[in-house]
Amino acid sequence: MTAASPPEILRAPLIVEFPFTRSLGPVQSAFLSGLRERTVLGVKTSDGRVMVPPVEYDPVTAEEIRDLVEVAATGTVTTWAWNDRPRSQQPLDTPFAWVLVKLDGADTALLHVLDAPGPDAVRTGMRVRVRWAAERTGAITDIACFEPYEGPAGGAALPHDGDFADAVTGIVAEARLDYVYSPGRAQTAYINALSDRRTVGERCPSCHKVYVPPRGACPTCGVATTDRVEVGPAGTVTTYCIVNIKARNLDIEVPYVYAHIALDGAGLALHGRIGGIPYDQVRMGLRVEPVWTEGGRYPDHYRPTGEPDADYDAYKELI
Amino acid sequence: MARYAREVAVVAFAQSDHLRRTDELSEVEMVMPVLHQVLAATGLKAGEIGFTCSGSSDYLAGRAFSFTMTLDGVGAWPPISESHVEMDGAWALYEAWVKIQTGEADTALVYSYGKSSPGSVRDVLTRQLDPYYVAPLWPDSVALAALQARALIDAGETDESALAAIGARSRADAGANPHAQLRGSVPQGDYQVRPLRTGDCPPVGDGVAAVVLAAGDLARQLCERPAWITGIDHRIEAHSLGLRDLTDSPSTRIAAEHAGVFEAPVDTAELHAPFSSQEVVLRKALGLADDVAVNPSGGALAANPMMAAGLIRIGEAAARIHRGESHRVVAHATSGPCLQQNLVAVLEGDRA
Ligand SMILES: [Zn+2]
Repeated sequence: MTAASPPEILRAPLIVEFPFTRSLGPVQSAFLSGLRERTVLGVKTSDGRVMVPPVEYDPVTAEEIRDLVEVAATGTVTTWAWNDRPRSQQPLDTPFAWVLVKLDGADTALLHVLDAPGPDAVRTGMRVRVRWAAERTGAITDIACFEPYEGPAGGAALPHDGDFADAVTGIVAEARLDYVYSPGRAQTAYINALSDRRTVGERCPSCHKVYVPPRGACPTCGVATTDRVEVGPAGTVTTYCIVNIKARNLDIEVPYVYAHIALDGAGLALHGRIGGIPYDQVRMGLRVEPVWTEGGRYPDHYRPTGEPDADYDAYKELI
Repeated sequence: MARYAREVAVVAFAQSDHLRRTDELSEVEMVMPVLHQVLAATGLKAGEIGFTCSGSSDYLAGRAFSFTMTLDGVGAWPPISESHVEMDGAWALYEAWVKIQTGEADTALVYSYGKSSPGSVRDVLTRQLDPYYVAPLWPDSVALAALQARALIDAGETDESALAAIGARSRADAGANPHAQLRGSVPQGDYQVRPLRTGDCPPVGDGVAAVVLAAGDLARQLCERPAWITGIDHRIEAHSLGLRDLTDSPSTRIAAEHAGVFEAPVDTAELHAPFSSQEVVLRKALGLADDVAVNPSGGALAANPMMAAGLIRIGEAAARIHRGESHRVVAHATSGPCLQQNLVAVLEGDRA
């Protein structure tokens, strides 16, 4: 048992991707289907205001609004911000202006980007028009961007039935966020020990329970677990299940056994696969030890040690 | 007539040092010392707290259910009465305050934390936007604040040098705040997204804050000079930016009316204005007189740990009352783009 010393900090890239599939209501469906057909729709509230982009409920009265109208693809910048360094997923890869644009016929503004040569070419009140994307799918990005425009203004909003052939009914919103993950003090020590094929937990200084893997704190006492303790390598199966469904990207034949294993000296069980024994012979109390593969960062699986089974009383508190 | 059923006060406040990176610490390792510190200030043990409420967002560090990990630092097993908001801790405080008002708890531990260093917070925050019309364009938090700043400049309410002065004043005041991330003179720098320069934007960093709330006589036992929450309310703007007048904050004004801000003068304001331009909006919405001390802690321009910076405003306001430096303080917290959601609280000390 040694006091924890500051380990070298581990870092690894962590990419979180989540393509949300979202359905559209009647108003959003009409708006995005319209963009695909180079038509900009808004909604008219009961007091006659035209909202673009359209919403389904009046933000003031909470009334349902379904009164679609068509507005022009030309408009006026109401505020702007010059972006010298476009970020990777933004609509343009050259410097551009973020703009709120009030389209002709609308009473509210739409957020998008403006392709302009530089900040001196942009001002509040300037006239712009939609530049349509070459390929349109029924998404806000069907507007590629706005561009400066000196031609005539569009007229008032006109009623529109919102009917389009093959209307879009949903969008897939792709998202990717990139992180550099660091596991912190306790888990760094755990991971570093695993690379020496040792399993190291941490003991609570208050209740003396040994946490494996350690998370840095004892949830019962609310204090840092500071004393490092090597556990195992052998342990006891406290409970298990037989997996009959093959997971994607997992090169293990079914059925196989997934178990909770209380390593000797640990105050709670961790989980791992049991191998080296037919699946229907695995049992509670089975004594097991880790099997490492060349280059593996953690035990590939656990196999029977051949010792007699542990007494139920020896592990019942760890189930 | 009292505004609420029960008197509730902030009786302790603690925060971490706010740092650009904390790679050596997991979230629970970052949070735990602050929890111990805030409890020690009251003499309460974790098991004696009636209700615990936290605020955080998994998106910041990219770790699913990170708040369940940080609960380990509270001593949450066997199960305690506990809740979580995926918001700034100021809203966790509001939930805890409601819990005490209902009589179901007499004390509450409120904490919040943000570990933004593992990711790119400007990109992460785009994921809170309207997923149909806005998020696919990835407008980052600085860009949206810059649209608001431009609207204020066009309306004649501020200019770039006045904005720079807000940043400079904030970091000069933060010189007296050992927890702040940016202290003293900081160059105004280049445009990040024009018209906002580096000095108009908050630092990105990791940090933690915690407060303890207590009701009535218990508050008086736990704290020599409790910071009574005499009013608290929160409101939200319409969610489409194009529907809003970005130069104003009606939601802040309505929350302030309901919290009683305008019923008597305040001597101090702790405003959660991550961008210099947002202080201009908030001063107007709250009708602050020129002699009100604004953000003596340095505010969010000196340290802006996401999900904690709003709770820190309430904590700093309370700490000034605890120390006898202020008597009636307005504390404000915000969330979302361009001051989308706003919480306003009035904290007062007992009159001598
Ligand atoms: Zn313990």
